Amino acid sequence: MRPVGELAGALARGEIGSLELVEDSLARIRELDPKLHVFLHVDEAGAREAADRSDARRARGETLGPLDGIPYALKDNIVARGLPSTCASRILEGFVSPYDATLVTRLRDAGAVLVGKVNLDEFAMGSSNEHSAFGLTRNPHETSHVPGGSSGGSCAAVASGMVPLAFGSETGGSVRLPASFCGVVGLKPSYGRVSRYGLVAFGSSLDQIGPVARTVQGVADALSIVAGLDPRDATTATAPVPRYETGDDSLLGKRVGVIRELLGEGVDPEVGECVRRAANECEKLGARLVDVSLPHAKYGVAVYYVVSSAEASSNLARFDGARYGYRAPGVRDLEELYTESRSQGFGDEVKRRIMIGTFALSSGYYDAYYGRAMHARALIRDDFARAFEAADVLLSPVSPTPSFRIGDRMEDPLAMYLTDAMTIPANLAGVPALSLPAGATSSGLPIGVQLQAPYLREDVLLEVAGSLEGALGWGPLPALVAEGAA
Amino acid sequence: MSWETVIGLEVHVQLNTRTKAFCACPNRFGDPPNTNVCPVCLGLPGALPVLNDRAVDMALMAAIALECEVQDTSIFARKNYFYPDLPKGYQISQFDRPLALGGRVPIEVDGERRQVALVRIHLEEDAGKSLHAEGDRGDTRIDLNRCGTPLIEIVSEPDLRRPEEAGAYLESLRRIVQYLGVSDGDMSQGSLRCDANVSVRRLGETVLGTKTEVKNLNSIKAVERAIGVESARQAALLEAGGKVVQTTLLWDDKSATVRPMRSKEDAHDYRYFPEPDLLPLVLDHARKKRVRAEIPELPFARRDRFAAQYGIPAYDAGVLTASKDMADWFERFATDAGDGKTASNWAMGEVLRTLKEKAWTIAEFPVSIDGLVELLKMVQAGTISGSAAKTVFARMVDTGRAAPELVEEEGLAQISDSSEVVAIVDEVIAGHPEQVASFRNGKEQILGFLVGQVMKASRGKANPQLAKEILHDRLKSGHPA
Repeated sequence: MRPVGELAGALARGEIGSLELVEDSLARIRELDPKLHVFLHVDEAGAREAADRSDARRARGETLGPLDGIPYALKDNIVARGLPSTCASRILEGFVSPYDATLVTRLRDAGAVLVGKVNLDEFAMGSSNEHSAFGLTRNPHETSHVPGGSSGGSCAAVASGMVPLAFGSETGGSVRLPASFCGVVGLKPSYGRVSRYGLVAFGSSLDQIGPVARTVQGVADALSIVAGLDPRDATTATAPVPRYETGDDSLLGKRVGVIRELLGEGVDPEVGECVRRAANECEKLGARLVDVSLPHAKYGVAVYYVVSSAEASSNLARFDGARYGYRAPGVRDLEELYTESRSQGFGDEVKRRIMIGTFALSSGYYDAYYGRAMHARALIRDDFARAFEAADVLLSPVSPTPSFRIGDRMEDPLAMYLTDAMTIPANLAGVPALSLPAGATSSGLPIGVQLQAPYLREDVLLEVAGSLEGALGWGPLPALVAEGAA
Repeated sequence: MSWETVIGLEVHVQLNTRTKAFCACPNRFGDPPNTNVCPVCLGLPGALPVLNDRAVDMALMAAIALECEVQDTSIFARKNYFYPDLPKGYQISQFDRPLALGGRVPIEVDGERRQVALVRIHLEEDAGKSLHAEGDRGDTRIDLNRCGTPLIEIVSEPDLRRPEEAGAYLESLRRIVQYLGVSDGDMSQGSLRCDANVSVRRLGETVLGTKTEVKNLNSIKAVERAIGVESARQAALLEAGGKVVQTTLLWDDKSATVRPMRSKEDAHDYRYFPEPDLLPLVLDHARKKRVRAEIPELPFARRDRFAAQYGIPAYDAGVLTASKDMADWFERFATDAGDGKTASNWAMGEVLRTLKEKAWTIAEFPVSIDGLVELLKMVQAGTISGSAAKTVFARMVDTGRAAPELVEEEGLAQISDSSEVVAIVDEVIAGHPEQVASFRNGKEQILGFLVGQVMKASRGKANPQLAKEILHDRLKSGHPA
C-alpha cells in the first residue's frame, strides 16, 4: 500500500476512493494475515461505513484533512468504543470497550478509517511480540524472525501494506524497535504530547502513543492530528501543536550529535555501518556532526525495569476478575477469585513484571529500588539536557542488532530486556525519538537508525528525519508483499 | 491504680462537590446503585483521573479554617490494595506530601474550651460500597456510585483524654465543615466517618502505651462508648499483667464490644508511590487568598458574638449556632426584630419546639422572618397579648397566613379599652362572691385567680395588665358593692 501522503493526494484528486482503500486493506489482510498473524480483530463493517462517509464527504466537496479516508490500525491496548480491547491478554478476552480513546476520537474527527486492532506483547510487555497470549506476529521480511515489540502488530501491518498507517505505544522503545525491525518509520512523541486517555496503562510515567507509517510525512501528518492538550489526561503538555512538516532535503546549520556510548561494543557491524552511513548523509546534507555523551544511559534498562514494573504492578491490579474480563471458574471465595483469575489470566512475562514491581514498592525496599531509580532517571534526563546543548538531534542505532529469530531470546529475559537498551533512555527522559529505515542486512532484514530531539521538539525531529529520509530512501518492501503486488 | 486514656482520631469527611474528585460523574448520595459511574470511576482499562478543582478548594478551605500549614506543593499517591469496591486496585490519596500539616480544632467540654492539635489533612477519593446480604451464605453486592467521592482525612494528634472530649472534637469538626459548606458532616449517612486510636497508660506516665485502632463507629455516641469500652479493656488487661497488641478492632454497637478484624484484612503493605497520572498539586498565594475570603465566621466565634451582642445565655447562643442555617436565620430574625433577647426567647421557645415536633430543619420552617417579626411587633404594640401571640403563631405555622389577618379573623385583638375591661371585671366580681370575700379578708393572693377569670371571660383578649389593675382597684374600693 502506498504511503499516507500519496494516498491523501490520490483521494484529494478523486483518483481513488476511501472505500477502495479499505477494500484493498481488507484484501491484503485476508491474504497475508494467515502468514503473519497481525490482526486480533478486523472491523470490516465499521471500516466500510466510515469509508462510505468519507467518500460521501468528498463527493460533496468537503474534507476533514489529510487523513480523511485513510485506513489505519490500532494496537490492541488502545480502546475504541464497541470493539474488543484485549491487550493480547487472556485476562481481557471478551472485553469490549464502552468508550473511545482520545486518539480514536481525534482520528475519527479527522476522517481516518479504523480497520481493526493489531497484535502486541501482552500488555505491551516485550520486545518481540512473542508474548502475545493469542499467538506471535511474524516479521513480514522474514517470517522466521520476530517483528520486534511490543508494537510488532502495528509495524508489521504497515510494512506488509495491510494499512498505510498504524498506532503503537511505547513504554520503553516499543514503537521504535519494531519499526526498525520491520523497515518502517516509528515515532515516539514527547511524554505528554499525545493523550494517554484510552491507552491501557503499563508504566504511566513512560507510556506514550506513537504513529507508524512508511514515510516521515505519514507520521508527521498523523502527529499533527493526534497531538495536543487533552482535558481527560492531566499529563498532556499545554504547548500548542504546530503543523508538523518534513524537511527540505537540507540539514544546513543543524548539529547532529552521535552518541558515543551507543556505537561501541556489542553493536552488530551491519547496524553500526547503517548508523555511520546515516551520519555521512547528514554531513553531505550540510549538518555538522558532533560527539555527544549520555554517561548515565547505561543505567537505563535497570531504571526502566524498576519504574515501569512498579507502575505496572499497580496499573494491572484492576484486572482481578471481579468486574470485567476473565474470571476463573469454580472459585469459592474472594481470595481465590483474585489469585485464580490473575494466575490463569496473565502470561508469564506479565507476572514477572508484576512481581518485580510489587517487590520494588514494598515497604522497606521502596528507597533502595523505586527511590533510587527515580534519582537515576533524573540523571539521565540531565544527560539529555547537556547533550542537547551541543546538538539539535541525536543519532544512534535503535537496537544493537537487527531482528532475531523467533524463540532466540525467549529463554533469556535479560537478553530480551537489553534489546531495548538504546531506546529506553528517551522514554525515561520524556524526549521525542524516531526510528528511520536506514538500510538492511545482507540477508535483507531492515535496519533503522534512531533520531532523538529535545522535549516537545518533534518539529525539529521530523524536519531532520524527513531530510535524511530523502537521502537514505524508504524502507525496503518485504518480498512477500512485492510478490503479492506483482 | 489509675489509668489515663490517650485518644487520637482519624476523621474522613466527604466533600459535597457537585461532581466527583477525578471525573465528571455526579457526587450524589442515594441514587440507584451503579448509576453515577463512568470509565474513570469504574477504573476501566485506559481511563485517567483529572483533579476536580472545587474539591481542592474545599479541602483548602478546611485546612485554612483549621489553621493548618497549607503546603505549596503536595503530591498524590496511590495506596494499593485489592478489594471489590475499589475498582482500580488502588485508592488515589496523599502520603508523604499531604495538602496540609498541623492545625487545630477547638473543643468545649463542661464549659471549658481548648484546642486539639492536628497532625495533617490530606485529600483522597472514597471507595465504593459493599453491601453484604444477611446470613452466612449471603452474597455481596457492589455499588460504585460512591467511588471517587472526594474526601479529606483529618488526623489528630493523640491529644484527647476522655470519651467526651472525642465527642466534643467530632461535634466541633462537624459544625466547622458544615459552616464552611464543604460537607453536611452527617455521620449517619457516612459523610463524616471516624476511626479512633486508643491507648492507656498509668497516670503520670509520659510514654504512650500500645494503641489499638477502633473502626465501625457510626455516631458520636458510638465513638464515645467504644473508647470507654476499649480503654477499660486495655486497662484491665494491663492490670492482669497482660499486654496490649497493636491491632485493628471493630466496634459492635449492639453488644457494646470490640472484636478484632481478621488478620488478613489488617496485614496491608499499601506500596504507596507517587500517582503518575496526576501532576503535583501546587497551591499559589492567590488561590489561598481567594479561598480564605470564602471562609465564614466559624461556630465558636459566632456563638461568643451572639451571647455578647444579643445578651443571651451562652447555652442559648450554642443552640442557636448549632448549624449555620439556624445561626443565619436567627441573625436575620434578631436584626429585623430589633430585639435580640425577645427574638431569642421566640427562637428557643416556639420556633425550636415546632421544628422538633414536626422534625423540620430551619430551612423547612414555613413562617417567614418578616411574618414572625410582624407578629412580635403586634405584641410589642399591645395589639395582642403574649398568650394570644402563641395561638396566632401556631395558626401561622399551620396555615401559612399572616398574623394581622389571623388576629382579625379570630378576634384576638387585645381589649385595652378600660370601660370594656371594667364591665368584664364587674361580671367576674359578681360571679365569684366567695373569692371576693377572701380577698377582702386579706387573702390577696386570690387576685391571680380572679385575673385568670377575667382573661377567660374575655377569651384571652383582655389586656392582662389592665385587667389586674382594674380588678385590684375595684376590690379595694368596694365597687361594685
